[in-house]
Amino acid sequence: MSSPEQLPAWSLPAGAAESLELPTEWPGRVTREWAWGESTGKDVRVCILDSGIEVGHPMVGEIEGAVAVEVGPGDEIRVVEDAEGDLCGHGTACAGIVRSIAPDCKVFSVRVLGAGFTGSGSALLGGLRWAVENGFHVINMSLSTTKSQFAGLLHEAADAAYFRRTVLVASAHNMPVESYPWRFSSVISVGSHEETDPLAYYYNPKPPVEFFARGVDVEVAWLGGGSARSTGNSFATPHMTGICALVLGKHPELTPFQLKSTLYLTASNVVEADE
Amino acid sequence: MSDDLRAAVAAGVMASEDAHRSLLQATVEVARGIFSAKAATIFLYDEATDELVFEAVSGLGAQALIGNRIPSSTGIAGWVLVTRQPLVLEDVSEDPRWGGREIAERTGYTPRGLMAVPLIHEEDSVGVLQVLDRPQQTRFSLEEMELLGLFANQAAIALDLLRKARRARGVLDESGVDIEALARLAGEVDQLEGPRRQAGLDLLRSLEGLITH
Repeated sequence: MSSPEQLPAWSLPAGAAESLELPTEWPGRVTREWAWGESTGKDVRVCILDSGIEVGHPMVGEIEGAVAVEVGPGDEIRVVEDAEGDLCGHGTACAGIVRSIAPDCKVFSVRVLGAGFTGSGSALLGGLRWAVENGFHVINMSLSTTKSQFAGLLHEAADAAYFRRTVLVASAHNMPVESYPWRFSSVISVGSHEETDPLAYYYNPKPPVEFFARGVDVEVAWLGGGSARSTGNSFATPHMTGICALVLGKHPELTPFQLKSTLYLTASNVVEADE
Repeated sequence: MSDDLRAAVAAGVMASEDAHRSLLQATVEVARGIFSAKAATIFLYDEATDELVFEAVSGLGAQALIGNRIPSSTGIAGWVLVTRQPLVLEDVSEDPRWGGREIAERTGYTPRGLMAVPLIHEEDSVGVLQVLDRPQQTRFSLEEMELLGLFANQAAIALDLLRKARRARGVLDESGVDIEALARLAGEVDQLEGPRRQAGLDLLRSLEGLITH
């Protein structure tokens, strides 16, 4: 397969079409079996950008590593090894959901909470940039900011991820406010439905929210090795992250565009309409 | 100085802090009632100390909570403030670190679940509304989440007004009686109508010109 760097940058000269040969054999009809049948998400690197992950939680298991994003007085960013675990419980919950869907994926924690509210926008941006630079396949962002000063920078980071084959999965807002990064078209944005099937998800033809996944009354991992029942788009998001990990475990060559297309073609409302 | 002056003048025509506090209290009372919950609280984000402050509480006889402070980016309330995402938790297994701790420590009551929603005004996250221990017999629905969001919108506006009133009051306190007199004067002018109001406004503008040049 040609790497993105070897492709013509802005145009396709005569006779160069062969260089665009796609590595994936697309079936006439994309099914869930084709998309992720037999997949466990093996070798897919998933980043949970959140409140940290509790080490050794039975619903999460081993994680690949954990870092924390610190914000200095001049908004300078430091990314350091993190031994704090989870400062809220939410990151652990997300990691547990991803693990329940893609049991063999590699989970990594980037903690962007705990540095106070003042520096939280910078921490979010710094954490996202760090995760993109470190080449994770999927980044789960069950969070957003309303600060317009970060919108442009987050947009750049989201596009950088898209072109580097890192998929951003972000929680949509269910409140009437402008927030980011879920509104960007380069990310996979997720809202909630009320069904109980963790693999039921719907494509929304009326964006900005593109997909609805399970987000009501979800049994999740919580602090102290415990659990809780939870509701919110922030829990729907890791369901889509887990499904992305399944698909990429079977088809690692897919670009974010191809992955999103696959998700569309295998969405519950699309699959059912075909039957 | 002109921003501070404007804030001070605004204080002269705005309702008192007590009225805003009553509005917040009414909001938590109604939130608690609508969801048949054991308690409801509103936290205000304090920019100066980067903390969350218990600003209004309904239920639990928990007036002792008012004024207590917690970190702004840890625990459930901190997570909701920072991420701007509402969440609902129920049947949380016992763990001393979970978000109910700050309530448990001061009231002896440990909630088993809560709904928490960020209070967002314009692009600012100004606080968090929490509703504790709704009845467990009903499955949570997205409609309830929408309802919580509506309450949050109202509470955010009340909280923003309270914040502005306090900021303005602070300016008055620091500046002494002269600006307070000016604020009163602005209040009087605001009450006038027709040509008298126009004359009053012209006078204030002339005064501003004298002060700033």
